[in-house]
Order: sequence, then structure tokens, then C-alpha cells
Amino acid sequence: MAILSKEEAKRIADKVLSFAKADETSVTISGGRTGNIRYARNSVSTSGESNNLSLAVTSVFGKRSGTATINELDDDSLARTVRRAEEIARLAPENPEYVPMLGPQKYLNTKPYAETTAKIDPAYRAQAAFDSLDPCRKKNLTAAGYLEDSTGFFALANSKGLWAYNQQTSAEFSITVRTADGLGSGYATRDVTDVSKLSTREATEIAMQKAMASVSARALEPGKYTVIMEPAALVSNTDASLMAALVRSMDARSADEGRSFLSKKGGGTRLGEKLFDERVTIYSDPMNSEVPTSAFSGDGRPLERVTWIEKGVVKNMSYSRYWAEKKGVAAIPPGGNFIMEGGTQSLADMIKSTEKGILVTRLWYIRPVDPQTLLYTGLTRDGTFYIENGQIKFPVKNFRFNESPVIMLNNLEAIGRPVRIGGNLVPPLKIRDFTFSSLSDAV
Amino acid sequence: MNRRHFNQLLGMGTAGLVLPSLPSLGRSVAPEALLEPGLDVALKKRLADAALNAAKSKGATYADVRIGRYLNQFVITREDKVQNIVNTESYGVGVRVIANGCWGFAAAADAKNEADMARAAEQAVAIAKANARLLKEPVQLAPQPGYGEVSWKAPIQKNAFEVPVKEKVDLLLGVNAAAMKNGANYVNSVLFMVNEQKYIATTDGTYADQDIHRIWPIFNVTCIDAKSGKFETRNALSAPVGMGYEYLQTNPADKVTGITTRYNKGYDMLEDVTAAAQQARQKLTAKSVEAGKYDLVLDPSHLWLTIHESVGHPLELDRVLGYEANFAGTSFATLDKWQSKNFQYGSKMVNFVADKQQVGSLGAVGYDDEGVKTKKWDLVRDGVLVNYQAIRDQAAIIGEKESHGCCYADSWGTVQFQRMPNVSLEAGKTPLSVQDMIKDVKKGIYIIGDGSFSIDQQRYNFQFGGQLYYEIKDGQIAGMLKDVAYQSNTQEFWNSCAAICDQRDYRLGGSFFDGKGQPSQSSAVSHGSATTRFNGVNVINTARKI
Repeated sequence: MAILSKEEAKRIADKVLSFAKADETSVTISGGRTGNIRYARNSVSTSGESNNLSLAVTSVFGKRSGTATINELDDDSLARTVRRAEEIARLAPENPEYVPMLGPQKYLNTKPYAETTAKIDPAYRAQAAFDSLDPCRKKNLTAAGYLEDSTGFFALANSKGLWAYNQQTSAEFSITVRTADGLGSGYATRDVTDVSKLSTREATEIAMQKAMASVSARALEPGKYTVIMEPAALVSNTDASLMAALVRSMDARSADEGRSFLSKKGGGTRLGEKLFDERVTIYSDPMNSEVPTSAFSGDGRPLERVTWIEKGVVKNMSYSRYWAEKKGVAAIPPGGNFIMEGGTQSLADMIKSTEKGILVTRLWYIRPVDPQTLLYTGLTRDGTFYIENGQIKFPVKNFRFNESPVIMLNNLEAIGRPVRIGGNLVPPLKIRDFTFSSLSDAV
Repeated sequence: MNRRHFNQLLGMGTAGLVLPSLPSLGRSVAPEALLEPGLDVALKKRLADAALNAAKSKGATYADVRIGRYLNQFVITREDKVQNIVNTESYGVGVRVIANGCWGFAAAADAKNEADMARAAEQAVAIAKANARLLKEPVQLAPQPGYGEVSWKAPIQKNAFEVPVKEKVDLLLGVNAAAMKNGANYVNSVLFMVNEQKYIATTDGTYADQDIHRIWPIFNVTCIDAKSGKFETRNALSAPVGMGYEYLQTNPADKVTGITTRYNKGYDMLEDVTAAAQQARQKLTAKSVEAGKYDLVLDPSHLWLTIHESVGHPLELDRVLGYEANFAGTSFATLDKWQSKNFQYGSKMVNFVADKQQVGSLGAVGYDDEGVKTKKWDLVRDGVLVNYQAIRDQAAIIGEKESHGCCYADSWGTVQFQRMPNVSLEAGKTPLSVQDMIKDVKKGIYIIGDGSFSIDQQRYNFQFGGQLYYEIKDGQIAGMLKDVAYQSNTQEFWNSCAAICDQRDYRLGGSFFDGKGQPSQSSAVSHGSATTRFNGVNVINTARKI
């Protein structure tokens, strides 16, 4: 098993640092196990499990740094790896943006690990696949799904006394169900830290309903529509997505340099400006029990609760340590998750209160079109329905959209109850004037 | 590593990335290690036999072993700084078996002796037997002769790893300086080099040793107009290629002159970045396109991506059959359309060929990752759909007697499956230059370089952008445009193909990171074409106010 306990990892890290002769040395040790099962056409296509354990040493002389990696942890190998990192560092060009390593830090006690997930074995995965395949086979529907679980640890230590250790588990499941005639398709996805909260059967049943309900879709004219976006349409486990694109674009350096949607006309950034509807509040919080994350970033900075957007106003941007030092501000790292505050309405409530609109299960092949405005394009997929007078009336053909999350979050009609998606908490959103620019024949 | 991770690595993403190691690529090593020899071929055969024998003794009816050593080097810079130099090596073995009619796969890092090999083979058989309980139909492999002990080497002139890192750093810093001198506010540039040393052995009696090289020089230039708060970018017009460092040796014969210079088998990075900085500045004041129908003239540096998405992917047989339904999707090019023998994929002049042998392409190998000798075959002939891309366990489904030889895994640790070969549009058969093509266009847009791209999960509806757009009015280039993207439907688009330039203009484009599968794997693939004209395509304006 490639999971080192905190004590084992510390012992090895200390050993590495005892061999070091550079000005500064850091060591990361990471490892874990990941397993998966994949099925399509109602039959398992692949499954596997892999373990990995890797130790990386970074040595620094002045502003020159070098890294060497190894996956054997005996004393000789460790000493050799330190020497190699030092040799590489001596030959490396100077990095003018090098920032000295951090000293000891205080971290929150987050809980991103669940023993139930760490104990997953091939029999569990086969049963999870069976629970999803079985109801589809019985209804003459075709299932294609994927379950991936991982259990891992990450440790970071350096010659200035920094020590950080995290253990984490996660499982992601997605299922696409298609009707035998290929005219209907439905999708559902779940991700959890604790696999006891995952039911592949429950998710599959939703995908089955969507598949059956989406047969014989009618074509509506492209144009601007009120849409209800399910969380899986706003954030994706496997693709770019509108909400993740927005949160990942909160980097201060790009904004300061004038090449971000947060750059200000005439120079500077839009920090403090109200750019979104006042109901939009987005923050990161490693302690959230639904979406816990590591308490530190990859370079050892503590992760704490940070509000990025509050009541529509840009409150914070993320900084590299170099850029923060240059600007004389706190070096806030990007969050490990993001949480969008929501309301109390369920998806059903949101549909009920809609006079005319379109329910979107999922968006797909989402790509940036213009970084200046965060304009993205992509398509609806696997369950798109027309709503009239508070009821789902009929399935509609898929649309291509061209829309910016900045515009989208200004056209908010309603916010539902947040759910976990891709390690984040995101509510379903009702949005007016969402731009669908053409029709797609894809099912 | 996928495209997003790559973009982060380049620092072209939004957040700077701290990457002490690159676990997905392998261990970090000194540059000299990239020139050290891998295992001796006799030792590889002995190790492979240990795995094949162990698999058979545990009940496998078929087995293949891949022993892989994967070497990568990145040199990453911005403006006057070297951001990162990364050298990685990854070595291990993957064993795939059929037992009880079902596939099983297991991999082992750093396997160096017969016992490691046997253990991986036994694990693969155990997984196959466990999964056989959920099997509907046993795997059926197309017959395949063994070739004995064979080898293949990419025909490169200069191994990029032999070029000192300093020379590469000097090249990139020179490129960056040229960009800044010509008006850029920011520039990122990268050299990315790959060497795959792959050995495949199968129970059919093939032992193939192969040496594959790829290189990709790229940059991204940004120009800012602080007053208006606008910015524009221009990316390199280079292509990732299956070549050595000779791709960076400039040769006038490889330059295609015109409104801007494009490149064939040799790339002048300094010249291209100089043009890029000026063009990004020019874009800031270019005319915003008026939405509507235009005739499009598409340069090969742009068209490769449209071919990739709208022809390469829909004709992958695993997609057509539904194996990718939960991720990449299925395909509009269903078996009944192929069986009808009259499905008009494009106009009569449209011919697409799949080719795993094309010299200088990213997909070229001698043998694929299940030991099948590679070849060239038709996908669309005279506009009609005639074939798909199939590997050994799919050939029977489309009545083929042998695999097409397009099976690939992106690492020793991942299981091989059907991947796209190079898929290219044949050049026109009658002489036609780009200039003559443009002369005939009344209202059109000439697009150079690849940009934004998106297509639906069955590959009907797509939208593409580019790097450079020029308005064509009454047979003349009238000036630069911006905010351009075109939308179409695959069949409609290829049926609107009205003219293709001849072989003189034929060039390759391609992708280092074509993603497919769960867990996702990436593969490198090239697409060739000559400049091509499409009539009456819908163009949208992408400008927005926020």
C-alpha cells in the first residue's frame, strides 16, 4: 500500500533534509492508489487499479533550482536523489522570480479523508457497476458509465522547518444512459469524499428517466431563452465549465497585466467593483464538511476561507507568492474548492415557478472564445427540456451556446439549493436571456 | 497529461503552477539522462517472454506486453526569463491479456526482472477472469501473423535531446526579445520534445522495437491597448511534428509566402514571432466582422483542427459503436450510413485518407500498440463514406479481415485502445494556387491558424475560430477582421467544399494532446490538407460587452 502515515512521511522527509547541502531544500512525498471500472454497451470494458509513490527533492542555490524524483525510499536512493537535484540546480539558469521557501506554517485541521473510500476493492467496483447496469438492461436501455476512486497522501517539508501532511479520498461516478433506438440520452454524475454517500443505482435511475423522457425531441428556434441550469451544466468533472472558468480566472497577475476580464480600462484591476448580480457570493473553504480539501496549497501556503465574490462585488483575487511580494499584498493562493451561496429552492421548485424556459442537464465541449469577456461556447447534452407554466412539456433538440459567465451571473432570476459537483458546491441557477446560437442534431 | 494541464505548465493558464515533479509524465531527471540508452533489445525480449509465458500458463488465450520508456523535455520561458526546464523519464511495462473471453490489463513501474513481469501478467489474467462475470460477448480478435523480431525508427535527422539546453534557451529568449521589440506586451514560448522508446511483444510472435520522436515549438504573444482596456493575442503558426530538431532549421523552400508566411517541414520561429507581434497589435484596431454567410478560404494551419474534430473523431469505430458514450460521445456516422455505400460525407472532390505511415507526421509508427503493421486506407472517397478506424477486436464488426493498425496507449501504464491515425484531406488534382482560389471569391474570409474549437457529442454541429482573419472582397484581400467564428454542420460543411488547392500547398497540422477514454489518455496526431474553399458558411460575431 502506497499510503505513508504522517510519522513515516516525516521520518523520510527529515532523512532527505539531513542529506541536503543546498541553500534551501524542499521535499515532497506523494502516493496513493487509484482504481476504476468502465462500462459501455451494457458490459464492462475496462477496469484497473494502480499504486504510486513518488518523492521529489528540490534544491536551490541562490535563484537556481533543480528537482529530482525517485520512487525508492532507502537511504542510498534518497541521498543520491538529493545529490542529483543539487547538480541540476547548479546548472539551471537563474529564475528572477524565485521566492525563498516558506518557514513553518499553521494549518487548519481539515477532513478530506474517509476510510470507507480507502477500503474500496475490485469487488466493490464490480457491484457498483452491476447496480448501474442491471436496471438499464432490464428496461432495454444502454448504459455507459465510469467509476474512479482514489486514496492518496501528500507531504511537504523544507529546510526552513515547514511541514505539511494531508490524506485525501475521493470517488467520481458518471453515467450516460441511451435508449435502444439512439433517440434519447440521459446523464447523471456524483462525486464524494465518503463513498458511503454514493449510490450508483440512484444516479443511474435519474439518467434513465432523462433518457426515456428525451426521446423525439422537438426543434426550437435558437435565440435568447430563460434557462434552468442544473449544477452539472455549470461545473464538470471532465470538461471545462462556465463556473470553473470564472473562478479559475481570478488570478491577480493576469488582471494587473491587462489580459483578464478583471483588467480595468486604463490600467489596474476591477477589485472592489460590482460585476455580478448582488445575490452572487462565491468563496473557498477547506473546512466545509460537504467539500473538504487539503489545508494547504502545493507550495505550502495555508488554505483558509477566502471570499472571491461577495454580493456581486469582486472581493479577492489569487496571487502567486512572487506577484504578491511585488505588489506588497497578502499572497492568497487559489482555493482548493469553491462554494456558491444558494437559496432554499429545489430544482422542482425552480421549474414550478417558470413560465417559459429550458431545463439544461449538462453542457459539453465548452471552450473559450474570447478571454477578454470570458465568452465560452459549447452545447447542451443528455437531457434538454422545454418548460411551460411550471411544467416540463417536451424534450427539445440540443443547442449550441455562446455565453459568458459574467453576463450569465448578471442575468440571474433564481438560485437553488447548492449540491456537490466536481468537489465544489454549486446551486442550480435560473438565468434569463441565455444565448443559444444554433441547433444541433446530436442526441 | 491533458491540454489543460499542459496549458497550466506553460504558465499560459491563469494561475502560476508550482510543479516540483510531474508524476503524470514520469520522474524528473537530468538532461543527460535523456540520451542514455534504454534496455538492450535482447533483455526486452527475455522480459517480454516471461510475461507472455506467465499469462499463457495462467490460462490467457492471448497476451501482449509493452515495455515503454518515455522521455520528455520542456523548456518554458516568458519575456526575458526562463520559467522552467523539465526533463522527465518514465519506464514500466503493461501486460494485456484475454482470459475467459475477456480483456484484463495490469502495469508495473520499473519492472526489471522476469519475476516482476510474471507478476504483472498474472494480475492481468486475474482481472480478466474477474471481469468475465459481467461480460456479454467474448472478445473476437482479427487474425494477425507474427512478424518475428523487427524494429522501426522515426526517420529524424537530429535527436532534439542532443541539442544542449542552453541552445534551446537562447533560441526562445531570442524569440521573446523579437516579440517585445515588435510591439508585444507579453510573450510565452515553449519547446516541447518527446521520445517514446516502445517495445511490443505478442503471443502471435511479434517482437517490435520502436523509436519515435516528436517536437513542438510554440509561443503566445499578447498586445494590450491600456487606454481601451482591450487585449489581443496571436499564437505560433508552427505545427507539432514527428521530426527531430531539424524542424527548427529554417529553409526557404519550407516557407509559404502570402499575406503572412506559413511553414511546411521547417519552422522559422523568429520570423513567425516577429509577424505575430505586429499582427496582434494590428488586431486591436481590426474591423469587427459583420455576422452572415461567407465563403471561407481555410489555410492548412487552421483546417487540420476542423478535419480532426469533424472527420477524425466521428469515424473512430469505438465511438460509432457506443464505447465512448459516457465521455467523448457517439457518432452521427452510423453503420447504416456506411452500409448504404452512398452516404455523401462531402462533395465529390472530398477524399479523406487515414495514414499511420506518413513521414514527419505525429502518428507515424511501424507497428501499432498491439503489434499490427501500420498502413494507409481510405475513409471517404469521392465524397462517400467508405470506411472507419478499427483495431483487432473491432475489425470483424465492419467485415474487415485485418486490423487497420491504429491501436495506441499513451503510457506503459495505460491500456491501449483505438486511437485516431493521421486523417488528411487529399490535395486537389488540378493545379490551383491560393492566389487563384481567392481571386474567385466575392464575399469571403481567409482564416489562418487554429483557435477556439467546439463540436457536439455526435459531431454534427461545430464552431471554430482562428488566429488571423482577412476579409475577401471581389477576389481581393480587403483587410484584417476580428471577432470571427464559423458554425456549421459536418455533412453540410464538407458538401459545401468547392475547391482544394493542389499538392504544392499541402501541409500538416496536428495536436499533441488529443484526449479520449476514461481515465483520459492523450495521443498525438497530424492532419494534412491544402488550402480549401467552402461556400456559404455561417459566420458569427463573438464580441461582447461585460
